[in-house]
Amino acid sequence: MEPLWFVLVAFMIIAYVVLDGFDLGAGALYFVLASTEEERRTVIDSIGPVWNGNEVWLIAGGGTLFFAFPLLYASAFSGFYLPLNMVLWLLVLRGIGLEFRSHIENQIWRSLFDGFFSISSMLLAVFFGAALGNVVRGVPLDKNHVFFEPLWTNFLTGGSNVGILDWYTCGTALLALIALMVHGALYVALKSEGEVNLRARRVARRLLPGLTALTAIGVPITAIIRPQTLENFREHPIAWLIPLAVVASLVAMWMFERLAREKAAFVASCSYLVSMLAGAAAALYPTLLPSRVDPAFDITIYNSAAGPYALRAGLIWWGLGICLAIAYFVLVYRMFRGKVGETPSSAEGLVGD
Amino acid sequence: MALWRCYVDLTLFLHRIQFAFTITFHYLFPQLTMGLAPLIVVFKTLAIRTGKPEYDEASRFWGKIFGINFAMGVVTGIPMEFQFGTNWAQFSRLTGGVIGQPLAMEGTFSFFLESAFLGLFLFGEKRLGKWGHWWAAFLVFLGSWLSGFFIIVTDAWMQHPVAYTILPDGRYSVSSFWGLLSNPWALIQYIHTISGAVITGAFVVAAVGAFYLLQGQFLEQARVFVRVGVIAGVLASLFQVFPSGDLHGKYMARHQPITIAGMEGLFKSQTGAPIVILGQPDEMHETIDNPLVANKVLSFLIYGTTTAEVTGLNAFPKDQWPPNIPLLYFSYHVMVGLGTIFVAVMVLAAFLLWRGQLFQTRWVLWILMLSAPFPYIANTAGWLTAEVGRQPWLVYGLLRTTMGYSHNVIAGNSMFTLIGYMGLYLVLGVLFLFLIQREIGHGPAASVPDNYLQPTDPVPVEQEV
Repeated sequence: MEPLWFVLVAFMIIAYVVLDGFDLGAGALYFVLASTEEERRTVIDSIGPVWNGNEVWLIAGGGTLFFAFPLLYASAFSGFYLPLNMVLWLLVLRGIGLEFRSHIENQIWRSLFDGFFSISSMLLAVFFGAALGNVVRGVPLDKNHVFFEPLWTNFLTGGSNVGILDWYTCGTALLALIALMVHGALYVALKSEGEVNLRARRVARRLLPGLTALTAIGVPITAIIRPQTLENFREHPIAWLIPLAVVASLVAMWMFERLAREKAAFVASCSYLVSMLAGAAAALYPTLLPSRVDPAFDITIYNSAAGPYALRAGLIWWGLGICLAIAYFVLVYRMFRGKVGETPSSAEGLVGD
Repeated sequence: MALWRCYVDLTLFLHRIQFAFTITFHYLFPQLTMGLAPLIVVFKTLAIRTGKPEYDEASRFWGKIFGINFAMGVVTGIPMEFQFGTNWAQFSRLTGGVIGQPLAMEGTFSFFLESAFLGLFLFGEKRLGKWGHWWAAFLVFLGSWLSGFFIIVTDAWMQHPVAYTILPDGRYSVSSFWGLLSNPWALIQYIHTISGAVITGAFVVAAVGAFYLLQGQFLEQARVFVRVGVIAGVLASLFQVFPSGDLHGKYMARHQPITIAGMEGLFKSQTGAPIVILGQPDEMHETIDNPLVANKVLSFLIYGTTTAEVTGLNAFPKDQWPPNIPLLYFSYHVMVGLGTIFVAVMVLAAFLLWRGQLFQTRWVLWILMLSAPFPYIANTAGWLTAEVGRQPWLVYGLLRTTMGYSHNVIAGNSMFTLIGYMGLYLVLGVLFLFLIQREIGHGPAASVPDNYLQPTDPVPVEQEV
């Protein structure tokens, strides 16, 4: 039962990154993609109907983590106390930025809330990247599975005196920011026309070499910093399909962007994020949070899971709930399909109605 | 050693204050959205059945207020979901196998539902047609009430743990899923909480209506607000006292007798126990100062007979007493006192409404208008009663609050985040009041079906019918 819940929690986290990823990326690029009020509204409208639902995957994923692996939830959330609270503040600022900007037609008011929205989107991408870097690198868990990480110490990855930020996690933060910016740019391109569309595609094209380079450097460095990440790949060679999928997704992003096939390029970006995160999950399994003090102190799916009855009962309602959630998503994305209304062609849609 | 003790107390205090502050601020918003959602469904239903435009205008106006409150509820709710782990790690580690279930169900069953249909409700009126839009309103209402239910199940387990087993390593695990969801405490607490939320919704709707009537503005819609607000308000405030409050008190007397004794300020067990209406509890001398009491009423309320013996605080060892009896006593008395006043105000207003005189009786409209903040105070006081009354336990009888917090998070860090939340929520509060004041200033007549995310766009002439 524990391996199954590992997969389900991983599924929710990946769903969160792929879905909220594009609106975080669009937010981070907001001022690059849009300068006039009309262009800004195009970007906001492209994510407006869906961003809140996307973010629910984070909340629901957090809740699922709590009930399936309570020890991980307790140790990780208290150990990452400072950055996690900052993430919560950023989510608050981003939420009010998006919800309150359109309430008042005043340039100062809108610029202020646009600023909240864009800066917090950018910082959230950075924080999430650093978080993933911390999980892969390991944290100073003691024998009671407890740790506390300061924001930074000496920026080195060695030993157990590590901070949230070191050169490696700064690297993963940068990788995440660029990956989500590309993801967001491709999404905005898909949803927009005219100047915004051209700009979004240009930004994606310019960021792609950086994304490729960081991926190519980052993955081998991870194997050096934490050689255990290769164990599962050695034991199950089929897992090498995952890095292959990363490469294929990157190639596809390049190609489809050149061919101006917006939907295919965005799908390739989704596939890139899915395969990168699946690779991280495969490298960790069955560990959930590695200890830098002693591998015996690792938090694994086996020492952190809830009781067997809880996991069994959870499976039933979780299955039902997620089917409903997917149904709502299909409904909402269908209602808001197509380009955001810069032209009368979208007058049929709810958006430009 | 004394210094160390003092430091531990400070750390625990900061964790508790942060949770208390963030949850109290958060609950200002869901109590209105849960109370307003069914009233919006009522407006939508009346609009379809009567075809009168003022019902549509009412639902659009309150939809906007709902949207602002909902956004505030979402952004202040996200930190709550994570604070169990950040600040109460020891508690989460031990009880996640039980309360993780309802919390995860809240995300899965209600947040997805609400987030999908709120957008359609707020911005899809023209596109969805009248029945489609009615369903969007209904599903938002359903989502908000479901969300409340799962939170109450979580809190009820902490008040009255049921359906659990203890694993070999000392953690708690759910042993019956349905047993957890049908915890009698949860069902009783749920109807009491929901009806409290409806009181907030009803008073706010009636107060805004009364304000417009007194000002002589938006009269058609204002009459709708007052009528619906007063009818919902009289039903909910009566229901809040009987049966929901009565059931809650009786059930609590059976399972948390020490809490009842603290709430009532009953220091000594006695037959024919009196109820204290006013007075200040004095823990040192175990008496009530300046008491105004009604003899034998407490025995009657709890056991249905004036001679029954009610257990007082002296029947329990002092280390099990709620540590803050004055706060417990006053929260409870504020809640009950206000609840009684709500019944009086709403019964009076409903009587005048029935006689067709309410809209002309200005002093009653004044009372309705000025009443709006008090349900918020009563609901907050009710939660304080429940949570302070449960102390010194985090999970009643199983886990003490002193054992539950994150021992790895030092006072300096929790002070840092507490300051952060206070600053952030101050800004949020100011923005919220500003936007609400603005919507009330605009009034309901200006509302037309909205386009997506263009709530303030000028209205094209042909739509102004």
